[in-house]
Amino acid sequence: MSYREVMSPIVELDGLEVRFGSRSVLKQLRASLTGRAIGLLGPNGAGKSTLLNTLLGFHQPFSGTARVFGRDVRTHAAEVRSLIGFMPENDAFIAGMSGVRFVRLMAELAGLPPADALERAHEAFFYVGLGEVRYRALGTYSLGMKQMAKLAQAIAHGPKLLFLDEPTNGLDPPARTRMIQLIQEIRDRGDLHLILSSHLLRDVEECCDQVLILKDGNVAAFCNLEEERRMNRRFLEIETRGGMNGNFLEAMEKLGCETAAGAQGRIKVILPEDVQVRRLYEIAAREDVQIRRLNHKRDSLEDIFLKAMDSKTEGSANGRL
Amino acid sequence: MAVYKKTYRPYGGGLTPAWRRFLVIPRYAFEDLHRSRFLTIFYIASFLFPLVCALIIYVQHNASALGLFGAQNANRLISINVVFFLTVLGWQSMLALFLASFVGPGQISPDLANNALSLYLARPFSRAEYVLGKMTVLVVLLSCMTWVPGLLLFGLEGYLEGWQWMADHWRFAYGIFVGAWIWILVLSLLALALSAWVKWKPAAGALMFGVFFVAGGFGATIDGVQRTNWGNLLNISYLIGSVWKHLFEGSNPTTNGAVFFRAPLGEELPLGWSWVTLAGLCGVCLYLLARKIRATEVVR
Repeated sequence: MSYREVMSPIVELDGLEVRFGSRSVLKQLRASLTGRAIGLLGPNGAGKSTLLNTLLGFHQPFSGTARVFGRDVRTHAAEVRSLIGFMPENDAFIAGMSGVRFVRLMAELAGLPPADALERAHEAFFYVGLGEVRYRALGTYSLGMKQMAKLAQAIAHGPKLLFLDEPTNGLDPPARTRMIQLIQEIRDRGDLHLILSSHLLRDVEECCDQVLILKDGNVAAFCNLEEERRMNRRFLEIETRGGMNGNFLEAMEKLGCETAAGAQGRIKVILPEDVQVRRLYEIAAREDVQIRRLNHKRDSLEDIFLKAMDSKTEGSANGRL
Repeated sequence: MAVYKKTYRPYGGGLTPAWRRFLVIPRYAFEDLHRSRFLTIFYIASFLFPLVCALIIYVQHNASALGLFGAQNANRLISINVVFFLTVLGWQSMLALFLASFVGPGQISPDLANNALSLYLARPFSRAEYVLGKMTVLVVLLSCMTWVPGLLLFGLEGYLEGWQWMADHWRFAYGIFVGAWIWILVLSLLALALSAWVKWKPAAGALMFGVFFVAGGFGATIDGVQRTNWGNLLNISYLIGSVWKHLFEGSNPTTNGAVFFRAPLGEELPLGWSWVTLAGLCGVCLYLLARKIRATEVVR
């Protein structure tokens, strides 16, 4: 896949505002999402599902534009939808229909010829692990099976972009693990992009490389998790014993490190790009200081999320942390 | 790809033309309907009356057949005229009401019951195409019960009478075709609207009859109490009957409409009101459908 393909925006939001009556649900969103797997995070009612529904053309923007693969969702709704596979948050099925027939119907509506749709429906069911129950009526499925059936119908027609709205809702730990594995596998194959909307930080952290955090219909933060992880590799937390910490700190600062001493020999260090960690051990040995513990301290998604929730967001802010 | 290769793969095959994707819905619906034994028997039984009518037309024109029964003058008992064709249309249209009450409520309510509409509409498939697809199910079924046998009978009579008869009575064919389509349109929209709003299928089916009979009875009560004919505007059978009369006979009707769809001579309302009321009913049904056929419920 070329660099251009990777970096061209999947979803572009340009002052997108969506209103329900007089209530503004999405407020002047601006973002350009380019990742392979994009997480939509936010507390309940932040506007995650509304954003997905707007991209699908279910809600009309009040102002601004939203583009998916460069196509305006207002003027090219059908074209946009033909590129998308959608796994909604709530139950969505036809109770009396067998699983495989339901997925086949959905694939045919997406434009697949009947024979191809049937073949893909079977494959999708085996892929999500429901091969043995594919002829059972959907109404008899457990919650976890219904979630998997929703994923099957979302991928059966081979979309270019997959919308997963709270995919692990109501799943027990093994089923959740299976769902996350499937999402990661789909992501890693590289055939499609995915947008995962969730209020579970762990799901997003495990599956996504880019995160858009929404709060009250605003973009509270937008960050590239991969970049954050790379940057955070330079943050260290050291626990020391013995010697004169003051000398040790001075020596590190001479190297160009930024330091902050804490209680009980704990020191926070930001290493410059050209300094290796082993240099710290050399200095510690020279200053007769024992390094008992050294951690790469990094902001977890939880830290990023909490910062975003604490920050006051502007309607038009890009929300970068 | 074999099913044992359990891995995701993109789809690289061809796609069907967008304009005909709405036909996927009736195809699946017919598969489901075909499984109902009651419906299959009812549907087959609904062709008995047209068969009897075809037999009557045949016997009318076949003196030797009448002779077999020793009833050489029996052809005077039944005339193949406007009443005959209105009767065929009336009977078949009443059976169509029963069928629509049975089939219609199951069209949209199962999709709404478990939010499947969001999945339909997340595809390159519009709300209009969805309604069109659902309507096609009823239109095909009801057409086969009403105007198709009606026109076949007209063709049989024309074949046996000669081309001149067909040319002289073209209005019958026109009345059968257009009249049946009006009824099918009203029935289909009503059935779909009720299916969208009433999730319990038996209740939706009962409401179909309610709209047809109870509203008619209410209209008759208004007529009786107020000594007027305007209560007929609530009577769908009257409205359809008056429109049919015009379609079959033009502006000088001689009949009282069709069986079950009576618009007695001397009780007529201006024809325009019948058209407007039927159009209004269809409009209300479309509005109800537009309100309900949405991918998501919006809480304002």
